[in-house]
Amino acid sequence: MSEEQPKSAWQEDIFNVLKLGNIRQVAYVPDAGHAHVIRRVHAEPSMRGIVLTSEQEGVAIAAGAWLGGERAALLMQSSGVGNCINMMSLLHSCRFPFLTLVTMRGEYAEFNPWQVPMSKATQGSMELMGITVLRAERADEVADIVSAALDAAFEGGEQVAVLLSQSLIGRKKWLRN
Amino acid sequence: MTVRNTATATIDRRAFVKDLLAKCPDALVVTGLGSPTYDVFAAGDRDKNFYLWGAMGGASLVGLGLALAQPEKSVIVVTGDGEQLMGIGGIATMNAQKPKNLTVVVLDNGHFGETGMQHSHTSLGTSLAAVARACGIESAYEVHDANDLAKVVDGVHKRNGINFAQVFIKADDLPRALPSRDGVHIKNRFRETLGFTPL
Repeated sequence: MSEEQPKSAWQEDIFNVLKLGNIRQVAYVPDAGHAHVIRRVHAEPSMRGIVLTSEQEGVAIAAGAWLGGERAALLMQSSGVGNCINMMSLLHSCRFPFLTLVTMRGEYAEFNPWQVPMSKATQGSMELMGITVLRAERADEVADIVSAALDAAFEGGEQVAVLLSQSLIGRKKWLRN
Repeated sequence: MTVRNTATATIDRRAFVKDLLAKCPDALVVTGLGSPTYDVFAAGDRDKNFYLWGAMGGASLVGLGLALAQPEKSVIVVTGDGEQLMGIGGIATMNAQKPKNLTVVVLDNGHFGETGMQHSHTSLGTSLAAVARACGIESAYEVHDANDLAKVVDGVHKRNGINFAQVFIKADDLPRALPSRDGVHIKNRFRETLGFTPL
């Protein structure tokens, strides 16, 4: 059901931005849209892929990484944002830099209605927690927006999310012929 | 409902934490919200302490991110049973990374001490040490006697894998010892000891 999407140039762009931006710890709950980056991270000696049981763990790990002088990023899909809400208090209480990349579900040719409620609340709930939310709709803007978010986080000390539109990822093939 | 008799516990939490930190003066310490934060502060404030006042369920994972970033230093998380239970999945996440330099000390009184001493799951049949072993952490064990502190300390210094100690403490209601609640200050102070400047 969650078969990997074919590699796209924008996914390689994300990996390159993270690597050039000195991201060392990449925490994730998998999503097909992140699969390429996850695979590249695990193959890259200067980076560490950290698989999570729940997305909120990644918020705490990112804080710990920064305490120890490393940059981290959290990869998740929109349904995972809801799992993070209270843990995001940590980011503001201590003003930790924070970068998360969120693949959207429930907004474009969605087959599964259970993805829709959290999808509708994804941007608003993060903004309520004080996180700056950017969005990438087109493949050719992904690298710029992720790079800008990374700088805002680790140079400007902000907490930033980039929503990766479901239209970037494309239709999920649910029914096999 | 079968409830563990926590009245048989003998370990004084404040004395245990104080002795632990005295024997690990160079360790980087992360505390779980509530009494473990107070215990660590009561043992003497240190720049190398990062006190959590919230983020319940996150203490061990803050410790994990820190341990991965500072592999040459020993990291000790001091937390409580309720806090670790909220982050129980994180035990599997820690094991998947297998940092050599991470110690987790769960001060287990079997209760949610900050909110009226309700029974926690560790009073109701769950063993966090057994959970940790089932998650793959080989050195996960119970501590029932303060004289076994040496085992915990040994694991901190050896740095040969995750060192997970479930320490059965007396369910005392102790005076609070309150460190700074200014997270930005505590964060910057902590990072400065490692040579990192603020933004």
